[in-house]
Amino acid sequence: MLDLLWLVPALPLAGALVLLAGGLHFGKRTTTAVGVGSAGLALAAVAAILVQYAGMHGETVARHVFNWISAGDVTVDFALRLDPLSAVMLSFVTLVGFVIHVYSIGYMHTEGDRAYARFFAYLNLFMFAMLTLVLGANLVVMFIGWEGVGLCSYLLIGFYFDKEYCAAAGIKAFVVNRIGDFGFLLAIFWAFKVFGTVDFAGMAAALAADPTRYAAAVTPIALLLFVGAVGKSAQLPLYVWLPDAMAGPTPVSALIHAATMVTAGVYMVVRCNFIYRLSPTAMLVVAAVGGVTALFAATIGIAQNDIKKVLAYSTVSQLGYMFLAAGAGAFAGGIFHVFTHAFFKACLFLGAGSVIHACSGEQDMRKMGGLARKIPVTYWTFMVATLALCGIPPFAGFFSKDEILGRVFAAGAGNLNGFGASYLVLWVLGLAAAFLTAFYMFRAVYMTFHGEFRGTPEQWHHVHESPGSMTWPLKILAAGSAVVGLLGVGRAITFGTDLNWFENFLHRVAPTVEVEHAPSLGTEWVLILISVAVAVAGILLARRFYFGAEAFVAPRRIAERAPALYAAVANKYYVDEAYDRAVVRPLGKLAHFSWKGIDTIAIDGTLNASAFFTEIAGDLLRFLQTGNVRNYALFVLGGAVAAAAWLLL
Amino acid sequence: MTVPTTHFVIFAALLFAIGAAGVLVRRSGISILLGIELMLNAANLALVAFGRQHGQLDAQVFVFFVMAVAAAEVAVGLALLVAIFRKQRSIDVDRLNVMRW
Amino acid sequence: MMGTAVFYLVAVVGVVSALVAVSHKNPVVNVLSLVVTLFCIAVSYALLGAEFLAAAQILVYAGAILVLFLFVVMLLGAPEEPPVGERRPFQRVAGLALAGIAAAGSIAVLAGIRVAAPAGAAQGTAEALGRLLVGPYLFAFEFISVLLLAAMVGALMLVKRKH
Repeated sequence: MLDLLWLVPALPLAGALVLLAGGLHFGKRTTTAVGVGSAGLALAAVAAILVQYAGMHGETVARHVFNWISAGDVTVDFALRLDPLSAVMLSFVTLVGFVIHVYSIGYMHTEGDRAYARFFAYLNLFMFAMLTLVLGANLVVMFIGWEGVGLCSYLLIGFYFDKEYCAAAGIKAFVVNRIGDFGFLLAIFWAFKVFGTVDFAGMAAALAADPTRYAAAVTPIALLLFVGAVGKSAQLPLYVWLPDAMAGPTPVSALIHAATMVTAGVYMVVRCNFIYRLSPTAMLVVAAVGGVTALFAATIGIAQNDIKKVLAYSTVSQLGYMFLAAGAGAFAGGIFHVFTHAFFKACLFLGAGSVIHACSGEQDMRKMGGLARKIPVTYWTFMVATLALCGIPPFAGFFSKDEILGRVFAAGAGNLNGFGASYLVLWVLGLAAAFLTAFYMFRAVYMTFHGEFRGTPEQWHHVHESPGSMTWPLKILAAGSAVVGLLGVGRAITFGTDLNWFENFLHRVAPTVEVEHAPSLGTEWVLILISVAVAVAGILLARRFYFGAEAFVAPRRIAERAPALYAAVANKYYVDEAYDRAVVRPLGKLAHFSWKGIDTIAIDGTLNASAFFTEIAGDLLRFLQTGNVRNYALFVLGGAVAAAAWLLL
Repeated sequence: MTVPTTHFVIFAALLFAIGAAGVLVRRSGISILLGIELMLNAANLALVAFGRQHGQLDAQVFVFFVMAVAAAEVAVGLALLVAIFRKQRSIDVDRLNVMRW
Repeated sequence: MMGTAVFYLVAVVGVVSALVAVSHKNPVVNVLSLVVTLFCIAVSYALLGAEFLAAAQILVYAGAILVLFLFVVMLLGAPEEPPVGERRPFQRVAGLALAGIAAAGSIAVLAGIRVAAPAGAAQGTAEALGRLLVGPYLFAFEFISVLLLAAMVGALMLVKRKH
């Protein structure tokens, strides 16, 4: 089965091609069969492969698919690589992907046949790109997948392309991603120049053999790769596309902007950990950007009123945690959070989709409320996922978030790479973000599901539970959010016994950077209790503000007392407006000048001028056509004499 | 002593020039054809003169064929002239100027 | 000595009659003076040792081609060139100038050419030429007949009246 590794990305690609070619004529049944079927087959293939891989003790398997680039010294093969890291990614990408495909059947049911087919075609194409990204054995194949997911993100965000803001959001996502991709490309070129290969195994071997030789190149390459990750995974300062990406259909938000595409940046950093661990500066940068983003996005989340936007900022914030972990050397911890986050965030988004579906398209939480009674399945799955996100034991998020915060504190206390103080500051930021995360998530829960319904009676009348195709995915993902945490139970929780299957599984390819003085068991338990307490405090504050008879009183008072602050937070600190002034408008002016000045005047003008001169030449040369035979004879003889003179003289 | 080749060449060149002048200056079709004949003969003469220098007869064979071709060309040319005359009742070639800008 | 004198005589007569051939206004005079020129050229051939060609020149050119010319001139009623003044002075001047340049150029280039004559120069007899014609140049010889056929047919087609 391992030889058929190429089937894993190929099956969704086949589905996408079939749907792109014939989707215009398919009915919904055929489209569903092809679209969801290919995702299901990919899942089955992955399951079979993983079953076989389980008995291989974490060795790396490389499969060469075809010779791709071979130009002189540059050789890049299209090769796939299965190792513990890509196995983990494969598992949840295909599982969550398949579940979301099923969800989309119900969610997109009201669309026309052609739009339905288009949706599944793009979704399949996305799966292909993501799987290529995950399975790539070298940076270039990974980049193909990287670009592919960016493209599909654009196509899917702008799915309702006749709406101006959707199309604009798609373009914004693509352009901002591109900025990151530029950094990634530079890193690829530099890596190729330095190592002579961009194959992961090759680069790791080169660095292991002779680290000092590459010392000067490691930091810039790591930082450039991180620029790519910042774009793709929506960190500061390139996060601005993710909230706007909520304009796409909710399954898209769930799959791409929660579970899979945005985690590609984290995956890439962890994949290249053999580069990062040699560059303390780069690791600190990664951790710092991650930590600051985590807090920054959390502060914005507390004032958002659109349920999907809350989840979007939450995603940005959680991605920050993942980078924070990677920057502190806890590569396995970061991937573990990717894994758990995929389950609970996808569940939250799909739940939000269910809520929106129930409220006949309403997304503003101020117009919701009291929905728990009418849509219990959605409510309970949403609650489970929220608890997981807030880091409440025994749900999944607790284990992964605690692992991260524990490792960051250990890095701080153990003075990892000499930046101990910075890591401790970042730990504090992480705690603050955890507090705010719990706060805004329960704010969302209370506003949406509790209290009185604040919408129109008409909407209330229509509120209904979603069909089975939508609730079953919710149940599956909620169950996942509840239990997958047990895969990576930290050592402290088990009082020293190493039951952390996840970390051990990834040990060979993404070993954690250990600090000299690991914190004691007691310290670790104190940390656990602090982080849980912080989360509970956030929940209680949200309860105080948004639940019960006194709901909304306190927040309103705060907003009235500090209007400027409230406005700043509610308007996302005006970052988009600043970008517009600083970047977008000057580029627009440049584009306008290029169009009017250069293209129209210079280039078109040159062409027109050459045409004009040809015309003039024609007008002048016309006079040679006298029609007189003797003139022509004269020219013939003249030409003959000239030619003879030329040849003989 | 035999006449040097140069003399013949000069003679041929003069005849050629006269023939060319005749073609370019005269307006009558017959005169033009006559001029062409003269040019052909001048070329033939030069050919034979140089051929004698080489000592081979190939030049003379060439001249033979040129004569045959000239005969064919005259036949066709005169036929053309007759056709033109029938059309416009005159052999002035300047009147054949329809194909111009 | 004798040869040189003949040559000069022939050359002068030839040039003079050529001038008459292209400049006289009566077409019959033109044709007849061209006959004289061709005769001079035939003598030159003889001087050059090309006896067969000399005979062929008189037979074919003077005897056939120029007679044909005469036929056509008579058929067209010996038309003279219309006495309207030359409306194209440029053509005239340019034509004369070009002819002069051609002459001067060819003399300048060709006159000085010397080729070493091999011993035992071939005789331009009919037999020698004949051997060449049916030997190396057989194909061209045969093909010329096709060409003449084509010319005949073409000439006939051109003057055919439509009934």
